[in-house]
Amino acid sequence: MNLSRKRKLINKFALTLSLAAMSFGLFWLIWILFTTLQLGVSGLSLDLFTKMTPPPGAAEGGLANAIAGSFILVGLATLIGTPIGILAGVFLAEYGAGSWLAGATRFINDILLSAPSIVIGLFIYAFYVSQVGNFSGISGVVALALIVVPVVVRTTENMLLLVPNSLREAAFALGAQQYQVITQVTLQASKSGIITGILLAVARIAGETAPLLFTALSNQFWSTDLNKPMANLPVTIFKFAMSPFTDWQELAWAGVLLITIGVLALNIIARTLFRNEIQR
Amino acid sequence: MADTESSAVRVAVSAMNQSAKPRKWIADWIFRNLTRATAAFTFLVLAGIVGSLVYASWPSIMKFGPAFMWTSEWNPPMERFGALIPIYGTLITSIIALVIAVPVSFGIAIFLTELSPRWLRRPLGTAIELLAAIPSIVYGMWGLLVFAPIFSKYFQSAISVTLGKVPFIGRLFSGPQMGIGLLAAGIILAIMIIPFIASVMRDVFEVTPTMLKESAYAVGSTTWEVVWNVVLPYTKVGVTGGVMLGLGRALGETMAVTFVIGNTNFLTDVSLFLPGNSITSALANEFAEAGPGLHTAALMELGLILFVITFIVLATSKLLLMRLQGAEGSRT
Repeated sequence: MNLSRKRKLINKFALTLSLAAMSFGLFWLIWILFTTLQLGVSGLSLDLFTKMTPPPGAAEGGLANAIAGSFILVGLATLIGTPIGILAGVFLAEYGAGSWLAGATRFINDILLSAPSIVIGLFIYAFYVSQVGNFSGISGVVALALIVVPVVVRTTENMLLLVPNSLREAAFALGAQQYQVITQVTLQASKSGIITGILLAVARIAGETAPLLFTALSNQFWSTDLNKPMANLPVTIFKFAMSPFTDWQELAWAGVLLITIGVLALNIIARTLFRNEIQR
Repeated sequence: MADTESSAVRVAVSAMNQSAKPRKWIADWIFRNLTRATAAFTFLVLAGIVGSLVYASWPSIMKFGPAFMWTSEWNPPMERFGALIPIYGTLITSIIALVIAVPVSFGIAIFLTELSPRWLRRPLGTAIELLAAIPSIVYGMWGLLVFAPIFSKYFQSAISVTLGKVPFIGRLFSGPQMGIGLLAAGIILAIMIIPFIASVMRDVFEVTPTMLKESAYAVGSTTWEVVWNVVLPYTKVGVTGGVMLGLGRALGETMAVTFVIGNTNFLTDVSLFLPGNSITSALANEFAEAGPGLHTAALMELGLILFVITFIVLATSKLLLMRLQGAEGSRT
């Protein structure tokens, strides 16, 4: 009897701790989101989207150039990284399945997926920026694209593997070549899953700061020249948040709010898409 | 089963290849090799990272040799560089993060797999995963301007009058209570890696065969006993893999650490309250100001060391998780 009570007590204690752990996790999420909203909302105004980043001390200013720069960098990086990622994912799931090249690629890809993004930035710096001699938008695009690829590879392979083999067999039985089976059957069937992967990749790079420090850097002015340093939200936030000026910090909070809303929205859309795909 | 199916597909493929019209065959050949080339691209990236980092850090490797890793002096004007303080900061903050994040993630995984009502599992799981989606710059700015002041005001003094009085480990919790420092960086890293570890743990807990769990319940085990004596032993390889994944993330995290670690290359005491430096924060802070030459090369070598450490950690994680998947296949 005594032993049984002790065991039940231990059980209760452990399960209470587990509940506490769950609350601990949620506590931080709520706290961070709350402060972001609280401090970011006051900075939201039309100026934020129309005015350039201010010089120190100036009262007026926005984040227009940084927002535009972020869109350019993220957009181009996604355009470059996605096709490479999808093709490599196709190789892993369809052509190469079981080959040593696929096994090794899968392994390296999963490591690159979690590798520190700052190292990608250093790589592009050493490989391109230091050779050319100046920071540039295009080097930022390449660095971000290299972060997109592993994300898209992973989701593309996973989604293709969900396609039942009977679909492939049916297509082959009709005399289709393998490339036709892939492009017209399996990729079509896993379309929304692959889009999920792309959205997650966009969400991932939208907030990436470290690789941009060594590549696109930042720019106080409006610039769409890919061979010059390009303004972007994350690096601007970094610069402004570390500064002693309250005006700059307020802009940084507004920028943080924009990024957080964007990234969380992308994540939630991606998850909803994926859930529909699984249920279908 | 899956193997026989896919080999049937492969037989069909080769039969089709032989009988198909030449034009189609060429198109397939092109597409096949295009995908193969993009897969090989992954190798190129890996080789590029290692190659370019070694090349860029070569002057520093030649000048300081292996002593670079245990020299603590970091003096740009005198061109004397040693990586001890950043390496120490990286390891210490990651260890703090693991000490906090592993038990919490374990609790979250238990909650999500055993305790939570079924309808709550998905929303709660998503909420925890959203912690991973928040960009690290957001953690950093929040950590510096919101968390650190509150941390120093309410927690650091409380910790120093309790844990600080304990012999031996008390020294870790003494010193100036500024908020920012190694401990604050470790705590924020912990929050950032909880979702990674928790979601791996949850996934591997779910592969435990229901039969095993039900057998344990049938002989009268409590939920905790089932988790501790059945689920955890069955999944320990996967759990270790998840912890290693979290460690890999913590080691390479940049912006959050840069904001709160304090960025100083002088470290005279073991106290965790003191500001320090990590490999990533040294890179983020100094790189733009570093002149070409030895300073840049030394920073590049820091990056190389970081990449090698995280590569080993992540590779171990991947191997462990692969082993669990293999075991899963053979037992069902």
